[in-house]
Amino acid sequence: MSVLVYTENWDGKFKKLSYELLSYASGIAGMLNSSVTALSIGDVDTAELESLGKYGASKIISINNEQLKGLDNQAYTAVIGDIAKKLDAKVIVLSNNNTGKALAPRLSVKLKAGIGAGVIRLPSSTDLFTVYKRVYSGNAYANVIIKSEIKILTLAQNSFEVIETGNNATIENLSYALDRSLVKTDIRDVQKQSGKLLLTDAEIVVSGGRGMKSPDNWAPLAELAELLGGATACSRPVSDEGWRPHEEHTGQTGKIIAPNLYIAVGISGATQHIAGVSASKCIVAINTDKDAPIFETAKYGIVGDAMKVLPGLIEAVKSATAG
Amino acid sequence: MKILVCISNVPDTTTKVKFTDNTKLDTAGIQWVINPWDELSLTRALELKDANPGLIESVTVTHVGPVSSEPTIRKALAIGADSAIRVNAESHDAYFVAAQLSEVINSDNFDIILCGIESSDFNGSTVGGMIAEFLKYPSVSAVSGINIENGDITITREIDGGKELISVPQPFVAIVQKGIVKEPRIAAMRGIMMARSKPIKLVEPTDTEPLTEVVSYEMPPKKETCRFIDADKPGELIDILQNEEKVI
Repeated sequence: MSVLVYTENWDGKFKKLSYELLSYASGIAGMLNSSVTALSIGDVDTAELESLGKYGASKIISINNEQLKGLDNQAYTAVIGDIAKKLDAKVIVLSNNNTGKALAPRLSVKLKAGIGAGVIRLPSSTDLFTVYKRVYSGNAYANVIIKSEIKILTLAQNSFEVIETGNNATIENLSYALDRSLVKTDIRDVQKQSGKLLLTDAEIVVSGGRGMKSPDNWAPLAELAELLGGATACSRPVSDEGWRPHEEHTGQTGKIIAPNLYIAVGISGATQHIAGVSASKCIVAINTDKDAPIFETAKYGIVGDAMKVLPGLIEAVKSATAG
Repeated sequence: MKILVCISNVPDTTTKVKFTDNTKLDTAGIQWVINPWDELSLTRALELKDANPGLIESVTVTHVGPVSSEPTIRKALAIGADSAIRVNAESHDAYFVAAQLSEVINSDNFDIILCGIESSDFNGSTVGGMIAEFLKYPSVSAVSGINIENGDITITREIDGGKELISVPQPFVAIVQKGIVKEPRIAAMRGIMMARSKPIKLVEPTDTEPLTEVVSYEMPPKKETCRFIDADKPGELIDILQNEEKVI
């Protein structure tokens, strides 16, 4: 018996979220007196695979199959499901990102395993396996019991601290005989910007709303984000107006993010926007209206015009980080 | 070609939810709406039908819920769906709902099944993928575009830092997110009148054991009040973020 973690790689590299998953799975393995096995699909070198051991994996299974180059939900589900059966895994952990959302539900049916989707902390009990998650878009939380013998958990990004344990893991390069008829996804074209910090990965996000007044005013916001090593985001009206690309839209129907620091500039703070950012650890709001609802959610606030406040913040960051 | 859109009935997204005994949603005063992502799916389905009249013969909506959810189904019909199928059951959990919807699809042949990427109540992002696995259909998640050109269907899938252009054989399940349409379609007066005579087929649920159960709800912790910093002293804020919060 083992806790199985599906660790996703990006062009052969793991990201912080893979380490979060392993740290989380180690916590569960501790509760169950079990161990963590990491599964990696794709072309990942040995050194990178070994890094998974640091975060609690005691065994790493690596499958590198030409047929699994692009994400095919049905084929990936078959692979993960087979490995889970082979290991007699009782708990399977994936990220609550796009890939996890694509695979976990299929696995659930394949293994008849209940899902705790978007969990944010360790189960409060493993007797009655009880998980904790955000519901109603962050307006409430729920304790959910998973009653099936096998449990699938998808972990909300940035909700669990990475813990280094320094395990030595064994690596098994498995040649997996895939049923090729399962692969039905024909990827005709890929458009990808590489090297750009992704919004969902960013630990600091600077976000602009209608209070920015014009798409031409974004330079200081982008400069502040860059100085802080963060990413830029925006509210829904801004992306609807086409001032910024819709990939930047943060909120209930856009991206749900949980950075360490979220700076909302000229965003009034509609419920739908808050739903996408309320899990951030520290929220700072800058708005001309002192009664704007964003200040009910923010921990720190500045009442003032974005175009006057941003240059001051930029200077302050520069002098704070200089020397 | 027939399109099926799965819809969920959820509290209006501006609702401040409350619970009775921490276990039951207090429904007093709640406005119920079509789940926002399902509304986007429905809008795209109708656009595709309008643009390909010979190819797409119908758009059907389906929902698992008691009779009290019929106003939301009527809304979908008023927006333009041709017919509806309601599975007469409370939605116990995602697995239960997906099992019911799979039966609906099994008993009638649909070529394209659209689901919103999540529901704004349980935020699970699970029903669409479950349906696909029940039926052994291909599924594509994080779909921000579906286009038909000369009968060829292409799907845009969002990936980290970009997008992919994909095709999969029919029937398939597409799990739809923002970007699929610019704005949800709104019901016009004519649509509302016509919706009254459109059929809602009633189906009794199959016996499926739910795999999960919500045992209690909690409200988010009360937030401390916002600490305001003088607009002329940005250095003070940066100092707090650096030395007290340690986030920069």
